[in-house]
Amino acid sequence: MTQRRILVLFAHPSLERSEINSELLPAAQAHPSTTVVDLYAEYPDYRIDIDREQRRLCEHDVVMFLFPLFWYSTPALLKEWQDLVLEHGFAYGSEGRALAGKYFIAACSAGGAGYAYDAEGYNRFTLRELLRPLEQTANLCHMRYLPPFALFSSRTALKEGRLAAHREAFVGLLDQLSQGSLEDWERSEACTVNDSLTPGDSKGVAPS
Amino acid sequence: MTGLLLEAFVYLAAAVIAVPLAKRLGLGSVLGYLVAGVVIGPVLGLVGSEESVTIQHYAEFGVVMMLFLVGLELEPAMLWRMRSRLLGLGGLQVGLTASLFTAIAWQFALDWRTALAIGLLLSLSSTAIVLQTFQEKGLSRSEGARSAFSVLLFQDIAVIPMLALIPLLALPELAAHGAGHGDGGHHELSLVAGLSGWLYALVIIASIAGVIAAGHFLSRPLFRAIAATGLREAFTAAALMLVIGIALLMSLVGLSPALGTFLAGVVLANSEFRHELETDIEPFKGLLLGLFFITVGAGVQFAVLAEHIGLVLALTVGVILLKALLLFALAVVFRVRRADGWLFTLSLAQAGEFGFVLISYAAQNSVLPTDLVPVLSLVVALSMFLTPLLFIAFDRLVLPRYAANEEQRDADVIDEQGTVIIVGIGRFGQIVNRMLRANQVPTVVLDRNPQQIDNMRQVGIKSYFGDATRPDLLHAAGIEDAALVVIAMDDQDQAVELTRQLKHARPGLKVLARAYDRGHLYALRDAGADWVVSETYHSALELSKHALRGLEYHPFRAEKLAHAFDLAETRGRDALYEEWLGKDEGERYGNSFQTLFLELEEALERLMITDRDDGHDRGERGWTPPPPHYTDSLKD
Repeated sequence: MTQRRILVLFAHPSLERSEINSELLPAAQAHPSTTVVDLYAEYPDYRIDIDREQRRLCEHDVVMFLFPLFWYSTPALLKEWQDLVLEHGFAYGSEGRALAGKYFIAACSAGGAGYAYDAEGYNRFTLRELLRPLEQTANLCHMRYLPPFALFSSRTALKEGRLAAHREAFVGLLDQLSQGSLEDWERSEACTVNDSLTPGDSKGVAPS
Repeated sequence: MTGLLLEAFVYLAAAVIAVPLAKRLGLGSVLGYLVAGVVIGPVLGLVGSEESVTIQHYAEFGVVMMLFLVGLELEPAMLWRMRSRLLGLGGLQVGLTASLFTAIAWQFALDWRTALAIGLLLSLSSTAIVLQTFQEKGLSRSEGARSAFSVLLFQDIAVIPMLALIPLLALPELAAHGAGHGDGGHHELSLVAGLSGWLYALVIIASIAGVIAAGHFLSRPLFRAIAATGLREAFTAAALMLVIGIALLMSLVGLSPALGTFLAGVVLANSEFRHELETDIEPFKGLLLGLFFITVGAGVQFAVLAEHIGLVLALTVGVILLKALLLFALAVVFRVRRADGWLFTLSLAQAGEFGFVLISYAAQNSVLPTDLVPVLSLVVALSMFLTPLLFIAFDRLVLPRYAANEEQRDADVIDEQGTVIIVGIGRFGQIVNRMLRANQVPTVVLDRNPQQIDNMRQVGIKSYFGDATRPDLLHAAGIEDAALVVIAMDDQDQAVELTRQLKHARPGLKVLARAYDRGHLYALRDAGADWVVSETYHSALELSKHALRGLEYHPFRAEKLAHAFDLAETRGRDALYEEWLGKDEGERYGNSFQTLFLELEEALERLMITDRDDGHDRGERGWTPPPPHYTDSLKD
């Protein structure tokens, strides 16, 4: 099959202090199937070019949000991007079928440990549950939603030397998205796709 | 010489005493002038009819100037906006009233031509009294006043064809009779005395074309040259010269001076010098028009009045009643409702000053028999006398009835956005103007540089030449109705002075100003400007942002740093301003100011570069990650 084109929408408002995403960003940029957009670099004043963003969406088969989880959601500019770019008549509504059939995946880093994202943990919900707004957004846009890719306990990942493995898993994710079969993921109700990518990164797996 | 001085003194003294008194009693200045005239004329006999002739000539010049100003106001765009009311209300008012009075006069067995002249002259109302009163009572913006204004405007324009028509109505038997005693001795200078009719027509057409062409092509270079000298008196002199010159030319060829200056006014209505001209002519007009009303009062012939008192009173009341009836009908048809309808009806029910002009003109042209002249003049004068009383009736009887609806009516009236006056249309003002214009905010642009105004006009931006520090010019530009004023002129001292003046005249008016540098900014703020910006501040900040990006700073980081800088600068500016305020002129930038300035610079630097140990910094609080083990405290 032909390779899928991946649009990586990267949003980090403080890249100079980033430990995880600053590692993933170059990996995404180096991948042959991706187009990477650093949203905070392109729109530091929040004046998003809607037409250009919609054109980009049309030119790709997979849409990935790459971001640090802020208050169980995306950073503000990425939310602004959703509010402006996913227009009625373009992304949804009776005429809005521009995104139909495309894949959507969220790749994020979270401060809390994996076990905190659980009904028993202090976050009380799984990451997948917390990202339901994105899931339903994709659904309403007739997109195929994939479980999120995540790094937990992100503030200690660098010190504990988990970064290299995470980066490797991320590249594996990009490979899978560009040319692997996505049918299993699409049907999966798993909390994350991490399990099927990185057997070594035990911390990334949310224990049940 | 002494005689002239004495006479001038008598007139001025009468005005000075009577006008404030009349205003005090709520009668309006026009009635004050009229009464003053009656007192110094027929009552005290201080001024006889002999000298009054000379004075009357000056006074009539007030009417000439008023028409020039009316012409100046007649912008084509405004006329177009008013077209339905102007033609509908105005046209019907003049047409119906003139027809009615013509028919009545004809019924009194007058010749139809005389009857027509009477009908025409009675159809007019008094622009001078009515507009002046609206202004004094603050009614100008009400619906009723606007409707009245469009009717008055139509009348003022209609005077021109009337003046052209009257000579054609000459009665042959009167003409034969009148030629003999004519103007009895006083010989008017005329260029056209001996010309044949054909040649005369040619001269008239040539002079009118000359006025239009000169107004259009010659006045601009002339005014621009004078404006470039920067001498105010020179400009005033030129404005007066223009009006007097045109009036002279028109008299020389036997046309109405009012017609000529009116035309010149229309030609100059679109000129960038319009507001400056208005400002220069206005005081002369006001004074001379006052004089005009005094002469009207002084000219009341009590002998005639006593002889025909019944007839004159009946005619006056009849004229007012019939005019009011027609006006009321028009108000109903054109849906000028409630108090506005009454204002419209009562304000226009009198005959006007042009009535006098038409009476004397018609008499000269053998249209009116001489025995009718004093009676008609009395009717016109009396109806004008009664106008302030009608306004009082409006205030006392009509307004209270609609007082409950007042708020509702006001809400209807203030439907339009106020204008923004932009003073100084250089590089800075242009951007402000474009932004506002693009958002359909009406702007009035003033600048002292004729070249700049010229450039603006070439790209279709409405702008006017003028020195904005003259209070009267701002008045002409509509400062009363302005929503806010933007001060973007180059001269720093004048900018401060203007801010002070504006805030003094209208403390509620918003003034936004551009400062040249720090000191100028403080001075503007001290003068009361609501918002001040240094002209280079934001562009410099923008450039510094791009400089950081050029140094490989992440664009959003550069953005945040600029925000932090701006915040610190704003705070520091306040502190420095307080320091500056507390000091006298000489030591404003002395040691303590410098110390404070350096302190603030250091604080700024700390704000920008110092990161706290844990990765938080002071200037840029956003989006710093929590400390590595922050989750430990969350677990329970």
